[in-house]
Amino acid sequence: MGALEHVRGLKFKLKFGRMELTKEKIIEKLLFISVVSSSLIVFFIIAFMLKESIPALALGWDFFFGMTWWPSHDQFGIFPIVVSTFIVGIGALAIAACIGIPAAIYLAEFSPGWLRNIIKPCVEMLVGIPSIVLGFFGLMVLVVFIRDSFGGYGECVLAGWIILAIMTLPHVISISEDSIRAVPKAYKEASLALGATQLQSIRRVILPNARSGILASMVLGMGNAVGETMAVLMVIGNPNIPWIPSSVLDPVRVLTSTIVIEISYVAWGSMHQHALFALGVVLFVIVAILNVITTAVIRRGVSR
Amino acid sequence: MIKTTRLHKINAEKIVKMGLCATALLSVAVLFIVVGYVFFNGIGIINLDFLLESPYRFEHGGIFPQIIGTLCLIAVCLLFAVPLGVASAIYLAEYAPDNVVTRSVRFFVECLAGIPSIVIGLFGLIFLVYYLGFGISMLSGGLSLGFMILPWTVRASEEAIKTVPRSYREASLALGASKWQTIRSVVLKSAYPGIITGILLGMGKAIGETAVILLTAGSGLESFLPRSILDPVGSLPVYIYMMATQGHTSAAYSRTFGASLVLITVFLMISVFALFLRNRYVRRMSGSRG
Repeated sequence: MGALEHVRGLKFKLKFGRMELTKEKIIEKLLFISVVSSSLIVFFIIAFMLKESIPALALGWDFFFGMTWWPSHDQFGIFPIVVSTFIVGIGALAIAACIGIPAAIYLAEFSPGWLRNIIKPCVEMLVGIPSIVLGFFGLMVLVVFIRDSFGGYGECVLAGWIILAIMTLPHVISISEDSIRAVPKAYKEASLALGATQLQSIRRVILPNARSGILASMVLGMGNAVGETMAVLMVIGNPNIPWIPSSVLDPVRVLTSTIVIEISYVAWGSMHQHALFALGVVLFVIVAILNVITTAVIRRGVSR
Repeated sequence: MIKTTRLHKINAEKIVKMGLCATALLSVAVLFIVVGYVFFNGIGIINLDFLLESPYRFEHGGIFPQIIGTLCLIAVCLLFAVPLGVASAIYLAEYAPDNVVTRSVRFFVECLAGIPSIVIGLFGLIFLVYYLGFGISMLSGGLSLGFMILPWTVRASEEAIKTVPRSYREASLALGASKWQTIRSVVLKSAYPGIITGILLGMGKAIGETAVILLTAGSGLESFLPRSILDPVGSLPVYIYMMATQGHTSAAYSRTFGASLVLITVFLMISVFALFLRNRYVRRMSGSRG
C-alpha cells in the first residue's frame, strides 16, 4: 500500500516535472521570438526604405551627382546637399575636437575628484538636452548674434557648426576620456621616471596610445552630427534651392533638413517622394559606414 | 640657468593645465547657459493657465494637450519597447548559445541603434501610417519612438543582467529552482535597478525626440485631447518646432520658451533620477561583491 502510493507520487512528480520542462521550453521560445522580432525591425526598415526609394535611386548619375535639386522642375540632384552635409558635419567636429579632447585630457589626468564628479554628470546631461530646445536656443541667441555681428542672414553654416559642436561634444569628451584612462598607468610612470614632465608624458606617451579611441570618438561624433535633424534644421537657413556654400555665413541645406521640410508637402507617390526616401537611404548608408569605421578603429585599438 | 628653464617649464605646465581646465569648464558652461537662458525666458509665462489650457492660434492659450500627448506617446513607446527589449536582453544574456544566429541578432540590434532618427521617422511614416493604415496617430508615433529606444533598452538590460554575480544563479539552481524561476526571482530581482535606469535613459531620449513624431504623430498645435489611440496627438517637441519656425511674434516665442522649459524640466528630472538610481545601484553591486 505504502509502496503503491509512493509510486503514484513519483508518477505525479514526473508528470509535473515534464510540465515544468515544457513551460521552460515555451518561455525560452517566447524569448527567442522576441529577440528575433527586435532584429527583424532593421530588416523591415531597410526593405521599406529601399522599396520606396528605388525609382529615385534608379536615376543613377543624375541623382547622385546632379547639381540641382529643384523638385517642382523634376530635378533631383543630391550632390550639393551631400557636400553641404559633410561641410557642416566636419566643421562641427573640428570645433568639438578642439574643445572636447583637451577637456578629456583634463578630466582624465589633472582634475581633482570632486571637480570631475561635477563635470561628468553635466556633460552627460548635455547629451540629452532635447535637440529641439538646443535648436530654438540657437535660433534665438546664436543666429541673432551672428546676424548682428557678422551680417548676412544669421542662419548659416557657422551657426550649424556651433550647435552641432555642442551636440557632439559630450560624445567626444566621454569616449576620449575613457580611452585616455585605458592607457596602462605603468607607461606614464615609466615616462615620468625618465624625467619627462607631466605634459611631455601626456603628449608623447599617453596620447599616441589613446589615439585609436580618440579617433573612434571623432568618427562616432561625425555620425551623430550627420544624422542630427532638428537642432541643425532650425539654424542653417535651408534655402529653397540647395547649393554648396561659399562662405561660412551662407545658408545651407543638409540631408536631414531637406527631408523634414519637404516631406510635409510632398505629393504622395510622386518622384519627389521617392527622392526624399532616397535621401533617407543615402543618410542611412553614410551613417552606417561611419559606424563601421568606428567599430573597426576601436577593434584595432583593442587588439593592439 | 638650469633653474630658470625649469621654472619656465613649470610655468608652461601651469598655463597649459589652466587651458585644459578652461575647456572642461567651457563644456559645462554650455549646459548652464542653455538651461539658464531657457529658464529665465520661460519662467515668466508659466502659470496654471498656461499648463492647463489648450493652444489657440500661435499667440494664445497653453500647452495642456501637448503635455498629455507627450505622456501618451511615451506610454505607448514604453509599452512596446520595454517588454520586447527586456525579453530580448534576457534571451541574449541567459539563453543565447554563441552561434551565428545570436551574433547576427546582436549585430542587427546594434544596427538599429545606429539608424538616424529621421530615417526611423520615414519608416514609421511609410510602414505604420500608410502600409498598416494606422494613420498619423498616437499609435504610429509611440511605436516609432519605441523602435528608436529599443536597442538602448536591450543594451542596458543586458548589461544589468550580466552584472548579477554568477554565484547568485548557482545558489538558486542548487536550491532546485529551474532556470526560468532563477531568472525571474533571482536575476531580474537583482538586476532591476539597472534595467530601470536604462529605461529611464531611453525615456529621456524619447521625450525630446522631434523628427520621429513630427512625421508620424501629429502637427503639434492640436487643441484637443486624443480620444483613442488612433487619433493624432500634439506633443511638446513638435509644438516647440511649429511655434519657433512659424510663430514670428514675441507672444509665440515666449510660449515656445515656456514649452521648452517644461520639456527640459521633465527631461532633467528623469535623468537626475536615472543617475541617482545608477549610482546607488553601482555602489550596492560593488558592495555585494566586496
